[in-house]
Amino acid sequence: MPELRMTQAIQRALAEALTEDPEVILLGEDIGAAGGPFGATRGLQEKFGPERVRDTPISEAGIVGAAVGAALSGLKPVAEIMFMDFITLAMDALVNQAAKARFMFGGEQGAPLVLRTPHGGGVSAGPQHSQCLEAWLCHVPGLKVVCPATPVDAYGLLKSAIADPDPVVVIENKALYALKGEVGETPEAVPIGHARHVRPGRDATILAYGAAVGWALTAADLLADQGVEAELLDLRSLQPWDEQAVLESLSRTHHLVIAHEAVEAFGVGAEIAARIAEIGFDDLDGPILRVAAPFLPVPFARELEAAYRPDAARIAEAVRRTLA
Amino acid sequence: MADPLALFRVMLTIREAELALARLFAENEVPGFIHLSVGQEGVAAGVCSALGPGDSLVSTHRGHGHAIARGIALEGFFAEVMGRSGGICRGHGGSMHVADLARGMLGANGIVGAGAPIALGAALAHQVRGTKGVTVAFFGDGALAEGALHETLNMAAVWRLPLLLVCENNGWAEFSRSDTQVALKLSAWAAAFGVPHNEVDGIDAAAVADTAAEAVAALRRGEGPYVLEARTHRWRGHFEGDPQRYRDPEETGHMAAHDPLARSRTALLAAGIAEAELEVAERAALTAVAAAITGVRAMPPPDWETAQLGAYAPAKG
Repeated sequence: MPELRMTQAIQRALAEALTEDPEVILLGEDIGAAGGPFGATRGLQEKFGPERVRDTPISEAGIVGAAVGAALSGLKPVAEIMFMDFITLAMDALVNQAAKARFMFGGEQGAPLVLRTPHGGGVSAGPQHSQCLEAWLCHVPGLKVVCPATPVDAYGLLKSAIADPDPVVVIENKALYALKGEVGETPEAVPIGHARHVRPGRDATILAYGAAVGWALTAADLLADQGVEAELLDLRSLQPWDEQAVLESLSRTHHLVIAHEAVEAFGVGAEIAARIAEIGFDDLDGPILRVAAPFLPVPFARELEAAYRPDAARIAEAVRRTLA
Repeated sequence: MADPLALFRVMLTIREAELALARLFAENEVPGFIHLSVGQEGVAAGVCSALGPGDSLVSTHRGHGHAIARGIALEGFFAEVMGRSGGICRGHGGSMHVADLARGMLGANGIVGAGAPIALGAALAHQVRGTKGVTVAFFGDGALAEGALHETLNMAAVWRLPLLLVCENNGWAEFSRSDTQVALKLSAWAAAFGVPHNEVDGIDAAAVADTAAEAVAALRRGEGPYVLEARTHRWRGHFEGDPQRYRDPEETGHMAAHDPLARSRTALLAAGIAEAELEVAERAALTAVAAAITGVRAMPPPDWETAQLGAYAPAKG
């Protein structure tokens, strides 16, 4: 079985969903005839037609608003927002409409749309095309948020998101779109809410998601050379997140470092650190440390962006610091 | 042709329900804030008379009339607005979020203009499924200042969706005259997108019904979206309790001259309907509203334990 790039794994999940369920439709800017800005929807319009794989105008509020109405009407819309930065234009539809629908209308039926959108830097895309805004969405009751780090998880989480009865935001990392990985002949859906054990280790737990998983794996290798065995968990689901997996790992390692590409302040790591301090305090033998971006817009120039982004060395240094 | 007596009955129910809500609000039996559509009943009744059971509609913050015209059960409606356990949305939403999904009523909305793109998606669902159904998006003239309206009309026109955009033009954008906020004429708006526009006197429910029926027929033929502008009058404030200091008392003093119910009643009498029959309809509306309120008052408040489980679907297994 050849390896797939992350975009190919996403395309495969979408193609299967379109084949399996006539209620699934895709909508987004240039996803059809152009095949998607990153190629993740290539060939789907040819196969499933322009009705179900629908090119939209440059109207983010309209795209997500329409997805809400279509979902309330029983379709399973999978909307794409070309860059995560552009969700600002669709926040009413996402936050006030999609997230609230089930609760606000009494709990029987929600707006089970899927919103795919890429976050992350590393490609000199600058301040308006690089942001990691997932913490905003994790803060909104009614939304689920996932962020795969591998092709097989990109496939499996997207399949679960499409099958989910509630709105799910699938955050893809644009620097990982070309990443290759084994997906298998008959891959399975990855249930939302479960972390992935990437690497075992007895000394410290590194919790990461998205592009930070790769950096953390490199950090664990660096540490291993120095006799420190770090366990690596890929969070995969940010809302809900896998408290049990983190607690279970912590019960063995007693040290926790959280790494993500997003800004550190008020981020996903802040919530996890606070929660673990509440429910896992007795297992902690050192401070919970975060490795994340500074409180600054993502800069453009290569050297500036390289300085801005967390990396393996900083994650390894944090592990050594909490063990000290 | 819509049945004028049926339109009269629907308008009566809306009027009695909203006047009852005004009293209940003043007596502190309705929490929060409510926006009444008294004076605008002709639009809700007329437009909804043109819809079939498979059609859908999206409402606004001033949406009680739309829900009632669509046939919402009165007890579930009052229980929702009064925050009781039997509310159609379990008391989670209140007046601004009344929805009746089983009737294709995809919700009032607390955000001005936000219903339009939702209606766009419902119309998209009709097109994708080939249902021949249509979707109505009610909105006010104040909402024309929201970008969501413009994205919606553009997308509906590009995709030729079965979307009827109904502007309830009451001249007010919350606390301001809408002509101080919106430079646009609706006819020019529709024309700019190559979309048909029609204008109707919202006080005349029968005229609204006929105009809406023509529009809906065009939508069912696949002719794309349609903008229907109904001139109407907001008798009361933006919300109940609004002192309306911004409004000329001269205007509010003449509201009875713009009464869709009086217009309908006069027309029915002229058409030979007996006064006694109209009085029966009037009593029936009062009785139905009173019975619903009595039922709601006996209900317990919504259950907090259950409410906490309401943001997501229950876990499987």
